[in-house]
Amino acid sequence: MQQEAPGLRTTPLNEVIRQAGAKLVDFAGWEMPVQFRSVLEEHQAVRTRAGLFDVSHMGEIRVEGQGSLALLQRLTPNDVGKLVPGQAQYTALLTPQATFVDDILVYRRDEQRFLLCVNASNVEKDFRYVRENAAGQVRVEDASSEYAQLALQGPRAAAILGRVADQSVEAVPGYHFIEGSVRGAPALLSRTGYTGEDGFEIYLAPGQAAQVWLDLLQAGREDGLIPCGLGARDTLRLEARMPLYGNDIDETVTPLEAGLGFMVHLDKGDFLGSAILRRQKERGVEKKLMGFELTDRGIPRHGYPLRAGGSEVGCVTSGTFSPSLKKSIGLGYIPSASARIGETIEVIIRGNAVSGRIVKTPFYKRPS
Amino acid sequence: MTESKTAFPNNLRYTKEHEWVRVEGTVGTVGITDYAQSELGDVVFVDLPEKGRALVAGEELGTIESVKAVSEIYAPLSGEVLEVNESLRDHPERVNGDPYGEGWLLRVKITQPSETEKLLSAEGYKSHVEEGGH
Repeated sequence: MQQEAPGLRTTPLNEVIRQAGAKLVDFAGWEMPVQFRSVLEEHQAVRTRAGLFDVSHMGEIRVEGQGSLALLQRLTPNDVGKLVPGQAQYTALLTPQATFVDDILVYRRDEQRFLLCVNASNVEKDFRYVRENAAGQVRVEDASSEYAQLALQGPRAAAILGRVADQSVEAVPGYHFIEGSVRGAPALLSRTGYTGEDGFEIYLAPGQAAQVWLDLLQAGREDGLIPCGLGARDTLRLEARMPLYGNDIDETVTPLEAGLGFMVHLDKGDFLGSAILRRQKERGVEKKLMGFELTDRGIPRHGYPLRAGGSEVGCVTSGTFSPSLKKSIGLGYIPSASARIGETIEVIIRGNAVSGRIVKTPFYKRPS
Repeated sequence: MTESKTAFPNNLRYTKEHEWVRVEGTVGTVGITDYAQSELGDVVFVDLPEKGRALVAGEELGTIESVKAVSEIYAPLSGEVLEVNESLRDHPERVNGDPYGEGWLLRVKITQPSETEKLLSAEGYKSHVEEGGH
């Protein structure tokens, strides 16, 4: 039963996705596929073979010109200055309180040309924020409507993309990209993803997205490539402990509290929130985003109350049944005193306290 | 609207909440419909009542969780739980693969036989689903 959903934005792949039998849902105001045939099958395909996702709802913001590097250095905690052209970086836009405006990818195209990939729900907010902070010669443009984005993820992704890309992609290192083309369609081919597997994110013109989608599926058929929806994207990213904006991170938490200390480079000089992060680093954080698994039966879900050390400490920020581990897993903020591996926690599921314990993350790590 | 590919067996009675019942004498076998399993997606967890529990028609008797969502199961009829499908503990996917067969949920001893008349026929349930199922 596909309900027509008036008022939702659609991606350039809407028609081919409907034809493929996707179940569509409203995601951040976009009509997006949540699954094609089965979340579990799609999850498994990405872990063992390859899956293709339409992620055209993601936003893109161009930051270019003299002062672009300085602007991004001021708005983000990671060291953009370390990027060479052709390199990408996972980082954040931070408020002056060091909390998340958004988590983003920064692409350095050359010395003074950057492309930010931002969450669909935050495009307007991020664009305004970057533009308000821009000074001088910097050009900030919301380029979201100029790009469709496909994510080809899984151990066979590079081999499959290699068959249709006009350049060799096998040698592109992780968190690097090339500006190439796929069967003649210009595309930015980025070795990044949101699944914990090897793979590529492919940025291209909306008008060419459907053809490239079909070409990729055709080229990957023998490898078992299948189209995948946001349902599998969520279970995959959670197993890999990749945070979801709006659930695990938002404007109330800092990267250090979220366990994303790797993106905080206090040695690069001052940036928005750096004083607060410096203090948190010296004195420690009060709460920390920890992973847990349930030892009793039940599935933790976003918003369920979470107890640690005998008292309620907040809510589950993300939770699911992990298809790879066949266990219930989740994330939540735990006071530092209780934030230790092995510590017992409880999730309140429909009125019942269900036991679990804090575990090491990522929950799943791909075999290297 | 796409043409429905879901199954609506004629020998069953249905609820608007997407349970089915097969009535054989005083025993009713209960499950969720093909439409319900397809809307829910991959079932990974089924929570069912204890044997012997007394059920009142319309009350929540358990839950079914898929990867995406949790859904309550309501008692289609009043009665006593005779048996629950223990195999779903290790094979919850049977609810998706065979919702009217191996994926059955429980059997009840029917105490209010007149309640069966209030349940929907296959035809009635099919129209309910085609109107959106809510």
